[in-house]
Amino acid sequence: MTTATTGVTPITGAVGTAHTRVEGRAKVTGAARYAGEIPFAELAHGWLALSTVSRGRILSVETGPVLAMPGVLTVLHHGNAPRLDTDYIGMLGVPPDPTAAVFQNDRVPHAGWPVALVVAETPEQAREAAEALVVTYEREPHDIELTAGRPDAHPVDGHMPGMTEKGDIEAELAASAHVVDEEYTTPEEHHAMMEPHAATALWDGGRLEVVDSNQGTTWVADELTRMFSLDPSAVRVRSEHIGGGFGSKGVRAHQVSAVMAATVLQRPVRVVLTRRQMFSLTGYRSPTAQRVRLGAGTDGRLRALDHRSVNQTSTVWEFVEPSAGVARVMYDADAHRTSNEVVRLDVPSPTWMRGPGEAPGSFALEAALDELAERCGIDPIELRLRNEPERGPVSGLPFAGRNLAACFREGARRFGWAGRDPRPGTRREGRWLLGTGTAAASFPAGALPSTASVTAEADGTHTVRIAAADIGTGARTALTLVAADALGVATDRVRVRIGDSDFGPAGIAGGSMGTRSWAWAITAAARELRDRLVPGGTIPPEGVTVRSDTTAALGALAQKERHSFGAQFAEVAVDVTTGEVRVRRMLGIFAAGRIVNPLTARGQLVGGMTWGISMALHEEAVRDRASGGLYGPDLAGYHVAGHADVPEIEADWVDDPDPEDPVGIKGIGEVGIVGAAAAVANAVWHATGVRHRNLPIRPDRVLRAQGGARV
Amino acid sequence: MAPSTSSSVTLNINGEKHTLSVDHRTTLLDALRERLDLTGTKKGCDHGQCGACTVLVDGRRTVSCLQLAVASDEREITTVEGLADGDRLHPVQQAFLDLDGFQCGYCTPGQICSAIAVIEEHAAGWPSAVTEDVRPEAGPPPLTPEEIRERMSGNLCRCSAYVQIVQAVARAADENRTETEETAA
Repeated sequence: MTTATTGVTPITGAVGTAHTRVEGRAKVTGAARYAGEIPFAELAHGWLALSTVSRGRILSVETGPVLAMPGVLTVLHHGNAPRLDTDYIGMLGVPPDPTAAVFQNDRVPHAGWPVALVVAETPEQAREAAEALVVTYEREPHDIELTAGRPDAHPVDGHMPGMTEKGDIEAELAASAHVVDEEYTTPEEHHAMMEPHAATALWDGGRLEVVDSNQGTTWVADELTRMFSLDPSAVRVRSEHIGGGFGSKGVRAHQVSAVMAATVLQRPVRVVLTRRQMFSLTGYRSPTAQRVRLGAGTDGRLRALDHRSVNQTSTVWEFVEPSAGVARVMYDADAHRTSNEVVRLDVPSPTWMRGPGEAPGSFALEAALDELAERCGIDPIELRLRNEPERGPVSGLPFAGRNLAACFREGARRFGWAGRDPRPGTRREGRWLLGTGTAAASFPAGALPSTASVTAEADGTHTVRIAAADIGTGARTALTLVAADALGVATDRVRVRIGDSDFGPAGIAGGSMGTRSWAWAITAAARELRDRLVPGGTIPPEGVTVRSDTTAALGALAQKERHSFGAQFAEVAVDVTTGEVRVRRMLGIFAAGRIVNPLTARGQLVGGMTWGISMALHEEAVRDRASGGLYGPDLAGYHVAGHADVPEIEADWVDDPDPEDPVGIKGIGEVGIVGAAAAVANAVWHATGVRHRNLPIRPDRVLRAQGGARV
Repeated sequence: MAPSTSSSVTLNINGEKHTLSVDHRTTLLDALRERLDLTGTKKGCDHGQCGACTVLVDGRRTVSCLQLAVASDEREITTVEGLADGDRLHPVQQAFLDLDGFQCGYCTPGQICSAIAVIEEHAAGWPSAVTEDVRPEAGPPPLTPEEIRERMSGNLCRCSAYVQIVQAVARAADENRTETEETAA
């Protein structure tokens, strides 16, 4: 085993140079096969049946008539399904979500809970039978309403402490020249990646094989191993091409039910979720109710910062959306208090979604900063620069690079911020009121322990094997560039194979940590391989392979505040007679470590900023109080930004390599969404003079706000 | 006698005839993916809301999840697998690849099929909702980014590669126009 050493790799040219995706040709020709598209002989098709009540007990599952329908092979439900072990803490430090560990009891804790899987010879037969399956329930009253004032809200430690506190908030607020005290809300939001979750499970020679669409084959293989009490060597999960993830593609009902059915039937079984099923089975971003209180002196320096966030979780799984966590990184104050609180409701379990915590939290905090700038009469950028902390406001740790000021300076220059008239509601162009806004962004830069192997082949090429996942991030291509540089060879001499748990343990594509984690492992193995190979020597037919494991190197990293940063700018046009808000242009400048592949990195950052537009103006899943389910849970009822919603968006970066990472990477998958919605909302205020503290900024809200009504 | 629940259809796909017996409930999309192993056409929503399943039927863009296979009998169908000329990519495919007009790639076949139709519809003078002058004698409007965005709005991309997709469609349309003019000359 080898461990990585730190120090920046000498640049040999691939890293930092634009490169089209190595799998790009396969994707534009339709040759790339996703999880539900790989053929298997004797394949059977499973279709999930979901609960129609929001809370209660299953009284009966009427399987008889369904089993007599054409092609039906079995119906699995809580009365006959294999038992699962769910009493464990998984690789990500949390227990399994019972919504994924299907058919274990008769409880129904939310609408759209999986109650049965019908398996048949064809998808049409399975679907008809699943829709014909009669399930009877004992219905109980449900409670689905999240409000900030709920007395059962309680702080929860997730991946960070639930509460932090220093100083006397009330005293500092009382002594402040300017105070902002406002409530902000964000709605339930869904990942809505284009490829629905799909998995095929089969037993082959005593091994369970699962062909899946997920964000980490190690992660999913580990969870299935534990749930089904199998030997780790008996489980293989593959996931070559993934049609988007954004936090949702982990262990879900489709894999678990497919494994159950493949075990019972002893033949390959595929389960594909429908778009509507995804809205209750695959997680979502919880709505948040946040209160931000800021107090500042006449110079704009913060004396008090109090950020409280409340989110909902299900009754069966606890998930905290740590929206107040962003305040622990961004701004210091003499008195500083944050809390992330949770309320348990009869709703599906929320989960990580692009920028978890930071995305909704930055909306509230960065909108509040804009309000403070207005009250202080200080430019919003200047206000932020005056409040740049020297060290972590809560941790007291030094920052491993904090180039936020450079982002604002470069962004302001390119956006044309200088000379901006701060007064709202004064610019008109035909039917449109115009405004500009800005906000800051940050997201943690982390890495997860990973293993990789690099083989020097006898034909002079190199093969990298790592259980990485390319969910559209461009990771496969970035890792090719990293490996080529570490090996000192051209990119066409390197083949990177990913998405197979048999390649050994590796971190997930999540938390903006994927490419950094995997690049570290590949760099370590490639460097050792390079050292081991004798110049001019011959390579045996089986090649020469070196394996790496970054566990020790990551464990040796000093404790620091490690984050990417960014400055977001937006220009909007608002028609106050129709309520329409159009984003005219956006610019984001980021300090996000060394950029491996500028072509795909720009796509990641612009994609994140587009999510910010979508969050600010469009996305909102509305839960029906009567049924407990969602109104219109599909891509018509849940609008995500489409072509016509998205203007010219520019993303660029300042030089910001992380000297403690072997490649200098920090991670770019999430920082693009952070602050983007706030920049849009701040621009809407600048255009109209009205603060919109509840997302999305719908036309009806714009109209009612202009009319003076509170919305 | 029980009524028949399946029929024989002949689908002319990418210039090749396929005759098969299909369940009447089978959509064109499922016939392609589940019966003919043409999985390049994607299923994103199965409701006609996302555009991932877009193919060309008799030259017109069609969401194949909303068309039954039995209604596609004897139609000319072009899928993403039928666009390249051997190793030579279609100009729209090449532009998507060069300009990174995708990320996860799952909406990409639908975006590409839609873009090909957009370029043809525009060249044929079809107006869109954002076309200022829709009189027939006005001719095709300039294919501005705004026109491309409007015309491509039936195709969602959650990775949000929209900025790059619009650039790719504009480049391919330029190439198409240049080629048409050279042919005409």
